[in-house]
Amino acid sequence: MARPAALLWEWLCRQVDPAARDWLTETATAAKGSDAALFKGVSLVHRRIGKADLSVGPEDRAAAEAARPGWDQTGWSTDQAARIWLLLEAGGIGEAFAVRLKTLFSSADVAETIAFLRGLPLFPGPERHLFLAREGARSNMRPVFEAVAHRSPYPREMFDENAWNHMVLKALFVGAALWPIQGLDERANPELARILRDYAHERWAAGRPVTPELWRCVGRFADEEALGDLERLMQEGDEREREGAALALADCPLPRAQALLAAAPELQAAVSRGDLTWTGLGRTL
Amino acid sequence: MFIDPHTHMISRTTDDYQAMANAGVVALIEPSFWIGQPRTYVGTYIDYLSSIVGFERFRAGQFGIRHYCTIGLNSKEANNEELAEKVMEILPRFALKEGVVAIGEIGYDEQTALEDRYFRGQIELAKELGLPIMVHTPHRDKKRGTQRSMDVLEEHGVAPSMVVIDHNNEETVNEVLDRGYWAAFSIYPGTKMGNERMSEIVRAYGAERIIVDSACDWGISEPLAVPKTAALMRERGHPEEHIRKVTYANALAAYGQSGQMKESDWLEPAAIDQRTLYAGNSILRGGQEPRIETPGRDMSDLTIK
Repeated sequence: MARPAALLWEWLCRQVDPAARDWLTETATAAKGSDAALFKGVSLVHRRIGKADLSVGPEDRAAAEAARPGWDQTGWSTDQAARIWLLLEAGGIGEAFAVRLKTLFSSADVAETIAFLRGLPLFPGPERHLFLAREGARSNMRPVFEAVAHRSPYPREMFDENAWNHMVLKALFVGAALWPIQGLDERANPELARILRDYAHERWAAGRPVTPELWRCVGRFADEEALGDLERLMQEGDEREREGAALALADCPLPRAQALLAAAPELQAAVSRGDLTWTGLGRTL
Repeated sequence: MFIDPHTHMISRTTDDYQAMANAGVVALIEPSFWIGQPRTYVGTYIDYLSSIVGFERFRAGQFGIRHYCTIGLNSKEANNEELAEKVMEILPRFALKEGVVAIGEIGYDEQTALEDRYFRGQIELAKELGLPIMVHTPHRDKKRGTQRSMDVLEEHGVAPSMVVIDHNNEETVNEVLDRGYWAAFSIYPGTKMGNERMSEIVRAYGAERIIVDSACDWGISEPLAVPKTAALMRERGHPEEHIRKVTYANALAAYGQSGQMKESDWLEPAAIDQRTLYAGNSILRGGQEPRIETPGRDMSDLTIK
């Protein structure tokens, strides 16, 4: 089974010219023993490698999944892949790696910040990078936030409940979608359900809408009050809100939830057929 | 399309970004400078530089404006030797970032020995990295300070074509152009240069190597200085080609020498940038006519949603 670094190298070799490839190997060699060479090399990547979209086919994705479960390269570019490869190849391990990564972060431009955060699930000593991951998940720059939260197994595996809950809530505040977050259903918890319902009521009081995706983290833990919210959405909501409410009701084991869902037979049927799913709904928003 | 090649957006509001985008500004350059009061720690300097390659770039992109910057230790803070030494050490970590189009703004403030030392040190850094240089000419003793800046650059063997001398006026422009440098003018109300004077300077010297900027910052300044100067020049009968050169093309040619600023950055941005950092300019998409309006607030609309 190939290591993630070997896969990144293989993909990069398909897309960059031989001179850029040589530059990468030389830089990695120099960077193993020198912080300055690593910092300079990482900065120079955009000049040497460019930033085309990274081409990753179905076989590559399967190899990636085998090398690192949950690793998703959707939306990656060659400069991001090259920066992550340099770190994996030359960054060292343990505390030495963590210190170098932290130093790189402190002088990173916004594209580098995104690359480093996307690399989190691949880096050695994942527990040492929690601070950086949480800083990223607190960012007001949506692409930076999404580099941590979206399509990454890192938060699912590493965030405690408070960090997880606030990442989900922050997604709503920066306008990021929920469906690309890995582990949403597995990490759902009663406290998050409460936080999200409070948020929804706050928004409604201000006359503002909430994303129907929010109910995904509420359904399983819905109590009578939450069912009241869902009932209202089923009656008064727009099409997407009704779909979100129906999906949440389907997740809820309480008999009243099933009765509310049965009152909308078309939606109930769409859920049971699998035509209406959280990801499908999220993609339409 | 306009480029404002000297703006301190870190001190400006979203109203300003909106007004600049509406008026047709597609790209701007944020030179490293002081922030109105001196910094006292290298850590705050690192965070400042990190902001102008990070959050500020993101902020500009939201309005469809491409944000570039220059990296340097400014002349005022060069007088704090302890700080300056540490800043010189960290500058190389920022100078090669994407979108860094020059070392600057560097030069003289009071023309002290320390200012001279760090000016020279940074000239050498620019040479080593192959980057253009943006020179801040002093407010006080300007003519002498400008000459001295050019003397030092030539002593270090820098090609004048790689240097933009900024904040010129009627007293400095002739020599700066004669010696082969790019001559930039900051249209800054009350102090540096007004745009009626600017129009006369272009009439007298032509449009070659002349660059107009706003130098808008934390003081009373005008983020629409470049589009307004273009409109005023048009009203006063300057040829379109001259207007385009001084408000767009010359800045692109000068700072484009860094390899970090290309017209395609805003006309055909990379897919990854469109997904993340650059909202696209509605004027380039044919969405609206450029319009110059006074940014700011008034009391006529009482509703805040």
